[in-house]
Amino acid sequence: MTGKYSRQELFAPIGPVGQQLIREAKVFVLGAGALGSSGAEMLVRAGVGELTIVDRDILEWTNLHRQQLYTEQDVIDQLPKAIAAESRLRAINSDVKIRGIVADVTPENVLDLFEGHQFILDGTDNIETRLLANDAALQLGIPFFMGACVGSYGLTFPIGVKEGSPCLHCLLEALPPQSLTCDTVGVISPIVVTTAARQTAELLKCITGAQMEPRLESVDLWTGERAAMDVHSMKKSSCPSCSDSPTYPYLSANEIMRTAVLCGRDTVQLTWPKNRQVELLPFADSIRGIVSNLKQNPYLVSCEYNAHRLVLFRDGRMLVHGTKDIMVARKIVAGLMG
Amino acid sequence: MKKTIDLNGKSYSVVPEVATIQQLLEHLGLSDRILIVEKNKEILQKDHYDAPIMDRDQIEIIHFVGGG
Repeated sequence: MTGKYSRQELFAPIGPVGQQLIREAKVFVLGAGALGSSGAEMLVRAGVGELTIVDRDILEWTNLHRQQLYTEQDVIDQLPKAIAAESRLRAINSDVKIRGIVADVTPENVLDLFEGHQFILDGTDNIETRLLANDAALQLGIPFFMGACVGSYGLTFPIGVKEGSPCLHCLLEALPPQSLTCDTVGVISPIVVTTAARQTAELLKCITGAQMEPRLESVDLWTGERAAMDVHSMKKSSCPSCSDSPTYPYLSANEIMRTAVLCGRDTVQLTWPKNRQVELLPFADSIRGIVSNLKQNPYLVSCEYNAHRLVLFRDGRMLVHGTKDIMVARKIVAGLMG
Repeated sequence: MKKTIDLNGKSYSVVPEVATIQQLLEHLGLSDRILIVEKNKEILQKDHYDAPIMDRDQIEIIHFVGGG
């Protein structure tokens, strides 16, 4: 056997039948950061049929130590992660139909984005988006392979893979007021790869029809601690996301400008509602005289203003670098855009 | 008597002032985290965190984090 997937087919639990199932699978990768990069590369090399990867961010030097799809040139070119990921993934395996989308996943667009896919890999960097994805995946009946990591610690949990098992909302109940992020405690690449490998293994098992268990697992690669729990007893019959009459609370759209502090970076993201979005070209022209270092490409406009770097994307989002304070970011943007 | 438990797969000596799960979580600096605790293979509900820790208990703690 010399084919591209021969060594994977030789693995008995997959075999030629499993490989054909992988070939037909349509996978959505939520986020093209560390976990998304690593998981997407494994899935593309495994030969899935279609892979969509969505990310809201552009590349930074601080990404390169752990986000394996990207190069220094991608950072110099200020490419959106989804675009750089698409290009690299296509170079890795031309069999796979790959689509990179530059967008923030929100209550307004999540169902449209997920629709048409059969499996979702979690590569997001915050619990709020995970709960949004949990609701959307449950509504559409698509298995969602959660993963998260910071420092040397990571955890994984597959959702919607077995009848009667709990969802992420059952486990969390409420959004934590504050959770550990790459920004506060850093992260090393081995835990990224380990966490993504566990997520991807579960996803490949699910594609090929293996027996699935709703097991919550964690590992700390530095201390050697590990845990694995059968959490089926945590299924809540009253869960707003997965009960018999779900309300999917995280899918409720928000009409006002949303703000988020980005994980791992001194950056705030502002998102304008659809009816208040600005066009890139007129915007660039309007600020030319008052900002420095103005750059633009088909995806974004970036500039420096009041000692902060600002990046406006086509889909109505702006990143304000150099602050973690939402009010400071709003003030800077208000100063520039009124 | 000095208690030794299995904590997340590693042997762990419990200090004398830690008698319950809640006190263990506080001692480990985890009490304000979103977490799930398993004691001897049973998930522990939050209102049972006053459960005593016994010698050779097998305890697993998984806490949720944001990054990725």
